[in-house]
Amino acid sequence: MATENGKEARTKSTDTSGTPLLRVNDLKTYFFTREGTVKAVDGVSLEVQRGEIRGIVGESGCGKSMTAMSILRLVDKPGKIVSGDVYFHGENLLKKSRREMARIRGRKISVIFQEPRSSLNPVLRVGKQLTEVLRIHEGINSKQGQARAVDLLKEVGIPDPQKRSTNYPHEMSGGMAQRVMIAMGMACAPDLLIADEPTTALDVTIQAQVLDLIRNLRDEHGMGVMLITHDMGVVAEMADIVTVMYAGTSVEEAPTEELFEEPLHPYTQGLIASIPVMGKVKDRLDVIPGRVPDLIDMPVGCRFAPRCKARIENQLTKCEVEEPDMLDARPGHRVRCWLYESENAS
Amino acid sequence: MAGYVARRLTLAIPVLFGILFVTFALARLLPGDPCRSALGEKATDEICDDFNERKGLNKPIHEQFWIYLQDVVQGDLGESIKEGRPVTEMLVERLPVTLELAIAAMTFAVLVGIPLGIVSAYYHNSAADVGTMIGANIGVSMPVFWLGLMLSYFFGVSLKDTPLWLPPSGMPASIAPWYEAWGIEGSRDALTLTGFIANMNVLNAILAGNTEGLRDALRHLILPGVAVGTIPLSIIARMTRSSLLEVLGLNYIRTARAKGVREGSVVRRHALRNALLPVVTIIGLSFGTLLSGAILTETVFGLSGVGKALYDSITGRDYTVVQAFTLIIAIMFVFINLIVDALYAYLDPRIRLE
Repeated sequence: MATENGKEARTKSTDTSGTPLLRVNDLKTYFFTREGTVKAVDGVSLEVQRGEIRGIVGESGCGKSMTAMSILRLVDKPGKIVSGDVYFHGENLLKKSRREMARIRGRKISVIFQEPRSSLNPVLRVGKQLTEVLRIHEGINSKQGQARAVDLLKEVGIPDPQKRSTNYPHEMSGGMAQRVMIAMGMACAPDLLIADEPTTALDVTIQAQVLDLIRNLRDEHGMGVMLITHDMGVVAEMADIVTVMYAGTSVEEAPTEELFEEPLHPYTQGLIASIPVMGKVKDRLDVIPGRVPDLIDMPVGCRFAPRCKARIENQLTKCEVEEPDMLDARPGHRVRCWLYESENAS
Repeated sequence: MAGYVARRLTLAIPVLFGILFVTFALARLLPGDPCRSALGEKATDEICDDFNERKGLNKPIHEQFWIYLQDVVQGDLGESIKEGRPVTEMLVERLPVTLELAIAAMTFAVLVGIPLGIVSAYYHNSAADVGTMIGANIGVSMPVFWLGLMLSYFFGVSLKDTPLWLPPSGMPASIAPWYEAWGIEGSRDALTLTGFIANMNVLNAILAGNTEGLRDALRHLILPGVAVGTIPLSIIARMTRSSLLEVLGLNYIRTARAKGVREGSVVRRHALRNALLPVVTIIGLSFGTLLSGAILTETVFGLSGVGKALYDSITGRDYTVVQAFTLIIAIMFVFINLIVDALYAYLDPRIRLE
C-alpha cells in the first residue's frame, strides 16, 4: 500500500491501474513573513486510495490543514507551495492552470471545514449555496438545482429538507450546518473528500452522527476520504490508515489498528499515552514534555529530538545532527526515527 | 416591519424637538439684527420697532419659541423675515438644483469609490492600493470649497479654448421645458410637479429629448459634482477596502474557493454583498449631507440651491429660514437613516426589524 519509498513510487505513477487516488510527494509550503520563513508544511508525503479513509493526526499548527489547502492550491499569501508533487488520478495538480484547478475543486475534490456555520455565506440561503456547486460544475439551472438541493439535504439526513433549503446559515444549528457542508461536498460525487476537523466545533453526540454520515457516504460512493483531526479518538473510530504529523512533516504512517497497538515514533507513543482512559484514574495525565518547535527556527536534526525521552534512553547522538527519512520499520508501517534505522537495514 | 417604522418615527419626535430648540437658540445667538439686515443700515429705531412688532420679534424669547412650536406642529414653517414669502416655497424652489447636484456627486462617489476600494482590497499592499489610499486621504482632508475653486480655475480658466474646457460656474442655459415636448400643460414654477421636474436641468433635457441641452446641463454639473463628491468618494473607497479585506479573510470565502467558484465570482457573489453592508450606511449618511446643500460649493459655483439659500439666510439673519431649513434637513436625516436601516435588514438576513 504505502510501503514503497519515493523513488519506486515515482516509477509506479506511470502505471494507471495501481495509481493511488491521491499521492502527495515531499510537499513543502512555506510562508514568507517579515519575521522569517515559516515552514508550515515541510516534506509531507502521503497517499489516499479509493474508498479509503486516511486519517491525518497531529497537534494544532502541525501543518495538517495547510497540507489540505496545498493539495487544493488554496494557500493564501504570503504562503507558497515551494516544492513537491500532488498527483491526483496520476496528474500533477501543481502543474494545472488556475482554470483547471477551479474545475477540480468542488467537483473532483471537495472539502468540509471545521466551523460549519462560519464556513457558509451568511447572506445566501443554504439551498442557493448548495446549488451553486451544481450550477458551476454541471451547468444545472436554478430550478433543477433546487430539486437536487432538496435531494442532497435529504441524503445527509436533514429533516424537512424542502423548508430547510430556504434557511439562512444563522437559522441552523452547528450540526445541521455541517450536514449542509457535507451535502455541498457530496453534490458532484467527488473522488476525494477532504474533511478538515469536521467535528471539532460540534457537540459530542452530533460528532458521532456526522462521522457516521461521512463513513456511510464513503461506503455508498466509494470515494477516498482524507480526515484531518487532532482527536485520536476520531482517528481510531474512522480511519483505515493514519499519518501522524509533527511540526510540518509526517513522522509515522501505519494502518490504524497497528498504530494504536504498536506506535513506533516516540511522538506517537506520547500522543497515545496522553489520551485519558475511561475508568482509569490517574493523578496526572501523561504529557509530552517541552513544546512544539518554532516553525521559523526548526532544530537541525529530528524535529522531535528536543522533547524525545527515547533519544536520551537510547543514547542516540545522531538525532540532533541529522533528520531521519521515513523508514520502513514493518510492512506497511513507516516511521521517521533513528531508533528504527538498524531494523530497516536488516 | 410597519411596527418597526412606527416605533422609529415615534423615537424621532424627541430628536426633532431637540433640533427645534437648538436651531431656535442658535439662530438667536448669532450677532446681528434681523431688522437692519432686512431693511438696510439706515432703518430708524422707529421703523425697526414697528418691524419687530409685526414679525413678533419683540415678544419674550420663550413666547417666541412657543409660537414657533405651535406653527411648526401645524406644518407652518413661517415666512422669511427678509423676503416675506413662505419658507416652504423658498425651500422647494431651491430643491431641484441641490437634488441634482447631490445625485451627481453621489453617482460619481459610488461609481468611482467602490471599484477603487475593491481593487485596493484585492491587490492589498500593491502600488495601486497604496496610491488609492494616499489619494483617498488627500481627498478626505481637502476643503471642498478650495477643491471647487481649484477645479473651476483649472478647467474653466487654464483649459480655456481647449476641448476639455468646462464652465467654471453658473447655471446652464435655459431650454424649453420638458412638458412642452410631451404636450402637457405645465408651469415653470417649482411649486408644481411639472415645474419641479423642469427645474432639474439634466432630467428636463432628457425628458425633452434635447441633446444639446443635456450636454450643456451635464457640463455644468461635472465640476460641482466632482468637488462635492470627493469626500464621500474617499470615505466610500476606504470603507469598501477595509470591509472587503476583512470579508476576504473569512471562512466562507475559503469555502467558495474550495467549491470551485472562480475568483471573479468569489469577490462579486460572495464577498461584495457582505462587504458593502457598512458602505451602505456611509452612502446614506453622505447623501443626507449632500441634500442639506453643499453650502460653500453652491456658493463657489454660483448654483442657486438649498445650500446657497441657507448661506444667504445665515448672513442675512433670516431666523425663520435658518430654522426651517435646519429642521427640514434634520427630518431628511431621520428618514434617510430609516431607509438605510431597512435596506440593511434587506441585505443582511441576520438582521430582522422588530
